[in-house]
Amino acid sequence: MKLRQLSTVLAVSVAAGFGGTISADAADTITVTSWGGSYSESQRKAFHEPFMAETGKTVLEDEWNGDLARVRAMVDTGNYQTHVIDAESGQLVAGCDEGLWEKIDYTALGFGPEDFLEGAAHECGVGNISWSFVFAYDKDQFPDGGPQNWADFWNVEKFPGKRGLRKSPKWNLEYALVADGVPLDEIYEVLGTEEGLARALAKLDELRPHVLWYETSAQPPQLLADKEVAMSSAANGRIYTAIVNDGQNFEIVWDSQAMDFDFWVIPKGHPEADLALEFIKFASRPERMGDQTNYVSYGPLRTAAVEYVNPDILPHLPTAPDNTVRWFKTDTQFWADNRESLTERFNVWLAQ
Amino acid sequence: MFAKVANPTAAFAPGSAELQVQLRRAERSKKIWALVLIAPLFLFLAVTFVVPIARTLFLSVENPELRDMMPDLAAALQAWDSDGTPPDSLVRTFAADVLTAHENRTLARVGKRLNFSISGFRSLLLKTARRMPPQDSPDLLAELTALDKRWGERRYWAALKQASTPYTVEYLLAAVDHQFNPDGEIVEKPPERSIYLTVLARTAWISFVVVTICLFLGYPIAYLLATIPTKYSNLLLLLLLLPFWTSLLVRTTAWLVLLQNQGVVNDLAIWIGLWDEPVQLIRNRLGVYIALVHIMLPFMVLPLFSVMKGISPTHMKAAASLGATPITAFLKVYLPQTLPGAGAGILLVFILTLGFYITPALVGGPSDQMLSQFIAFNASTAVNWGMAGALSLLLMVGVAIFFSIYSRLVGVRDLRLG
Amino acid sequence: MTLGASVQFRGVSKTYDGQALVVDGLDLAIHSGEFLTLLGPSGSGKTTTLMMLAGFEVPTSGEINLDGRSLTNVPPYKRSIGMVFQNYALFPHMTVEENLAFPLQARGVSASEASARIRRALEMVQLAEFATRRPAQLSGGQQQRVAVARSLVYQPSLVLMDEPLGALDKQLREQMQLELKHIHQSVGATFVYVTHDQDEALTMSDRVAVFNDGKIQQLDTPEHLYEKPENAFVAQFIGENNRFTGQVEEVSGNLCRVSVDGGVTMLATSVPGLLAGSRSAVSVRPEVVAVDPIDVGYDNRLTTQVLETIYHGDHLRIRVRIAENDQFIVKIPRQLCSGPYEVGQPCEVAWMAHDCRALLDAPE
Repeated sequence: MKLRQLSTVLAVSVAAGFGGTISADAADTITVTSWGGSYSESQRKAFHEPFMAETGKTVLEDEWNGDLARVRAMVDTGNYQTHVIDAESGQLVAGCDEGLWEKIDYTALGFGPEDFLEGAAHECGVGNISWSFVFAYDKDQFPDGGPQNWADFWNVEKFPGKRGLRKSPKWNLEYALVADGVPLDEIYEVLGTEEGLARALAKLDELRPHVLWYETSAQPPQLLADKEVAMSSAANGRIYTAIVNDGQNFEIVWDSQAMDFDFWVIPKGHPEADLALEFIKFASRPERMGDQTNYVSYGPLRTAAVEYVNPDILPHLPTAPDNTVRWFKTDTQFWADNRESLTERFNVWLAQ
Repeated sequence: MFAKVANPTAAFAPGSAELQVQLRRAERSKKIWALVLIAPLFLFLAVTFVVPIARTLFLSVENPELRDMMPDLAAALQAWDSDGTPPDSLVRTFAADVLTAHENRTLARVGKRLNFSISGFRSLLLKTARRMPPQDSPDLLAELTALDKRWGERRYWAALKQASTPYTVEYLLAAVDHQFNPDGEIVEKPPERSIYLTVLARTAWISFVVVTICLFLGYPIAYLLATIPTKYSNLLLLLLLLPFWTSLLVRTTAWLVLLQNQGVVNDLAIWIGLWDEPVQLIRNRLGVYIALVHIMLPFMVLPLFSVMKGISPTHMKAAASLGATPITAFLKVYLPQTLPGAGAGILLVFILTLGFYITPALVGGPSDQMLSQFIAFNASTAVNWGMAGALSLLLMVGVAIFFSIYSRLVGVRDLRLG
Repeated sequence: MTLGASVQFRGVSKTYDGQALVVDGLDLAIHSGEFLTLLGPSGSGKTTTLMMLAGFEVPTSGEINLDGRSLTNVPPYKRSIGMVFQNYALFPHMTVEENLAFPLQARGVSASEASARIRRALEMVQLAEFATRRPAQLSGGQQQRVAVARSLVYQPSLVLMDEPLGALDKQLREQMQLELKHIHQSVGATFVYVTHDQDEALTMSDRVAVFNDGKIQQLDTPEHLYEKPENAFVAQFIGENNRFTGQVEEVSGNLCRVSVDGGVTMLATSVPGLLAGSRSAVSVRPEVVAVDPIDVGYDNRLTTQVLETIYHGDHLRIRVRIAENDQFIVKIPRQLCSGPYEVGQPCEVAWMAHDCRALLDAPE
């Protein structure tokens, strides 16, 4: 018991270091917590600076690494260090289940789920950007035309070479079902059954001798560049950076992409939740969302934002019309419920 | 008393009680000083070694979620004999505690614990909390079952009962591929969910192969080091230890660069015509052996070197003068004297290899992962401390079994570690 | 009794670096059954000579024969030579018994025969009751006895010993010297013994070869070495010695008169080949010098004074100055002491010409 008390004390003291620049009586100061780096920079230019110019309020920035324990400590003690947090879908769902996020009042925002891509307007958070898990190939290795879809990814006769896949069940099981001809809207339904899981693993079995399993999201562009693999699953942003910054001759295959979202969330019980909502409403304006694409290759989630998107970056966005012919949304709830079980099955399968 | 001490002949008569007391006093102060001097070390070991290990092992049997977050339900479940359907009172306690936990935002954590027993339990709990039927309903269980038919299955209630005890062996069972069935009996996990015993055997096998390779490579190296003049042997020892100056991760990554399909070794081999197509040297068992042997070799060479250094060269001369051929002399005189060093090297390398994870994770394929990899996975990715603790215990027990067999066969007292 | 082997070294030289000769043109005949000691300071070539005989070193030139057969190209393990090392070289992982069984097993001796021989060998060195102990459980002296027993258990006709008593204390060493001598007499094998300790050499040997600079300076019986050293090195190295250098004035038969540097003339026994007018080293042993003798028949009689008196229990040493030598030592047995010999007290020292040798060379 002593140890648990100790860890609570530690958590609180860590939380005390969270931000810490907010002044108590400043109703015109808002703290926005995000992921840092070029991503935070794009938010500063597209949201924070215009918001300050329009409202005269001050936006402070903070960073986090997705640790919900810090949010829990904040909510438990009432010592709020931030108004708005940029959360990935995993944190959105987990925090929502634990009651760490305020419920979003869409009527107060003046827009609703119908204005967003499906699943982007969540009861606990408002979607802001989309990123996607896709596969990419090295065009040098396929001068006569590369693979077009996940069935081609599985076709090692027509498209020889190693395949890079992430060493985790998430997305591999989905892709296996896609390659096996399961309609995109039935993926999670099928995967939820024992037969569906067996079907996915059997499909993965076909590819097993040709797979190079990677661990971190930084590896795929490197593996492609080193010609260790002919094609690899990857996060679209990583491939985009390799193409644009490093001049690699890679091609992203968007067919049946697994899209995932980031969300704006508000810590539960925040006394200035209305201020947070005001910021979210501002940041959800179509032209603001479109403006963000001038700085980063993530897609806006509000359908009306498409016309404001930087045309140069458009082909590289998960939400671009050409890229969303066939796509599915990663079912975060499904993974929250089944991660342990599927990981166990996947690990057993992998270790065979 | 004072007068007696002042008179030495009286105080220190041989065998007198005073002499005994004097001796004990002198020895006691010596002992106290010795204890004072080693106290910081003991403290350090206790804080950095014993406590974390004890804590980890404790985690593997701890079962706190229901006890802390749904205390009433835990007590009610304890009283239930888990035969047949749950009684109405239990269901009502359950409903009340689920609502409380939902309000306290602890339900998701309970759900995560229960997901370990039955997957999907987490969402079942959260869904139930959100749409809880009225508490005054005459047949609450029927209402729950109407909400989700899984509440009609006994195994969900049995899993709740399993999670209600203050301590559980569920994680330990899972570490050896066993689980409870709804009747509370211990049964084997189905093969598609059994992994850890295979991994444990594989870990032991990889360690065994690495030890064997290290022994056969390290013995001649140690012999060379022990027999050449000191100025050369110091230089070679330095070269041997040079890898320790760079981080493990850097060394492992260097092997990736060297051994990958477009790597230095493959390019060179193709260029000089050893083989035509790139050969898979990494992300398979071969890569694991190469990288692990590279890391472990010094741990074999150093104890061997230390022992060989202590063997007088005249022993081999003596054996020759006594009529032994060089081979007989080596087998009967030299080799037996190096056994304590070899024994220490084998022990060190085997136990260190058993616990390795970063290297196999990076240079091995999916079927080359060792037990530590799964501990790390459970601790950092899956955040399942109970499972991580149970697997740690499995590894420690594995080491202990090896150590006891080893000490019986070889004898640990005679080992020379350096 | 084994019949001892005979050994011949013919023109054997050894160099390690191609420049300095550690052993320089060695000719040496070792007789069957004798106890021969190679004596010399460290670096004199005695150990190298032994190691060449054992086969651990290869001569750069020359030939070694054992009982008339050349040892060239015969590896050590085929020479069947017994060897005792300075640090015993007992195998620590074997019991005493197993150590002794080792050479017998290598020769395929049957187990029953082996155990009888081991018992006899251990009885010879009085260690029968220690058969099952490990070497580490024995004292240094006991370990050395085991090493001796091991070198004899397979009855070699030649046994080599490389400073075997070097690590023992003085008393034990003296006891072991006698034991080794008795063992030699009882087994009949040829013993070749290396030491830098002249007492050891004189006590045990039938003959001693005194080594210096890779060459044998003198090969002789202990009595002759002590009493009739042929050159200054041997005189200096064997026993205590007062030494003068000077000019030979006259040689007459085996007597000569030497004018010692510093202005004293002495009568001495001349070694063969000493010529008038040549330089010579005169050697006087401390125990042959009388102090204040009543007898007037001494050939050399000099007046001097006591510089120092050193008490040695069984004898007394007096240091005096003779000519330029102020380190002249006189040894007086306890029972012959007649005076207090206080420092500064004048005294007379005297010795006979036949107790004093004028040697050929005068190495500085």
